[in-house]
Amino acid sequence: MPAGTLYRGREGMWSWVAHRVTGVTIFFFLFVHVLDTALVRVSPEAYDDVVATYKAPIVSLLEYGLVAAVLFHALNGLRVIAVDFWAKGPKYQRQMLWTVVGVWVVLMAGAAYPVLNHAARVLFGS
Amino acid sequence: MSTETSPTSSVEMTSSSAAHSPDNPAPVIQPPRARTGRAPRSTRTNFEMYGWLFMRLSGIVLVVLVLGHLVIQLVLDGGVSRIGFAFVAGRWASPFWQFWDLLMLWLAMLHGANGMRTIINDYSERDNTRFWLKMVLYTATVFTVLLGTLVIFTFDPNIR
Repeated sequence: MPAGTLYRGREGMWSWVAHRVTGVTIFFFLFVHVLDTALVRVSPEAYDDVVATYKAPIVSLLEYGLVAAVLFHALNGLRVIAVDFWAKGPKYQRQMLWTVVGVWVVLMAGAAYPVLNHAARVLFGS
Repeated sequence: MSTETSPTSSVEMTSSSAAHSPDNPAPVIQPPRARTGRAPRSTRTNFEMYGWLFMRLSGIVLVVLVLGHLVIQLVLDGGVSRIGFAFVAGRWASPFWQFWDLLMLWLAMLHGANGMRTIINDYSERDNTRFWLKMVLYTATVFTVLLGTLVIFTFDPNIR
C-alpha cells in the first residue's frame, strides 16, 4: 500500500471512523424514531400500523444492526472518556479498544436471541 | 569603520537603530496578541470546550438511558412483539418513564446534533455548503426535539 493514503491507520483511527459512522447512523434513526412515536398523537391505529412494519423479519435484522451501532458507540464512547480523563488512558487506548470489541461481541451474542427470535419464528415457524 | 574582527563588527546599524541609546531607547512594541484599547473586544468564547464537555457528560448519562431503553423495548418480556399503543400508554402513565424519555430525547438529540455539526465542519469545504448543511441540521433538530417533547407532554391514552 502506498504511504500516505491512510491517516495513521490502526486501532486509533479505525475506532474513530467507526464512532463517526455509528453516530451518524444512530442520529438518522433517532430522527425517524421520534417521528414514528409521534403517531401516538394521531391515532392508536396509525401507531400500531407502523410498529407492525417494525415487527417484520427484515426490520428485526436492521434493529439488530442498530443495537450493534448503539452498543459500539456507547462502549467506545466510554473508552474516549477514559482516554481524555484517565491519566493512563492514552497509554492503554489500544487495549481498551480490544476490551470494547470483546464486550461488544459478548453483548451482541446475548442480544441475538431476544432481538431476532421473533423474526426467526415468523420466517421458520416456531 | 573599525578594522577589528569582532563578531558584530560586520553588522551595520541602520540609521533608525543607530540613533537609539540608553538615553534615547527604541519604542516599546506590543507583543503580537496583546489587546490594546483600540482592538475590538474579543469574540472568542469557550463554546467549543463546553461542547466537548457536554458530549462526555451527556454520553455517560445516555449510556444508562439508551441501554435501559433497549433492554426494556427489545429484550424484556417478549421484546418488540409486545410494543403497541397500549404498551406506550402503560409506560407513559408513569411520570418516571415520561421523564426518562424526555431526558433521553433532549440529550440524544443535542448529543447527535453536536456530533453532526462536528462532522459537517470537518468535511464540507465551501462556506455556503457548510452554512446550509448546518441550517438544515439545526432546523431538523429543533423540530424533532419540540415534536417529541409535545408528544410526551400531550399524550392522551383515551385519544379514541
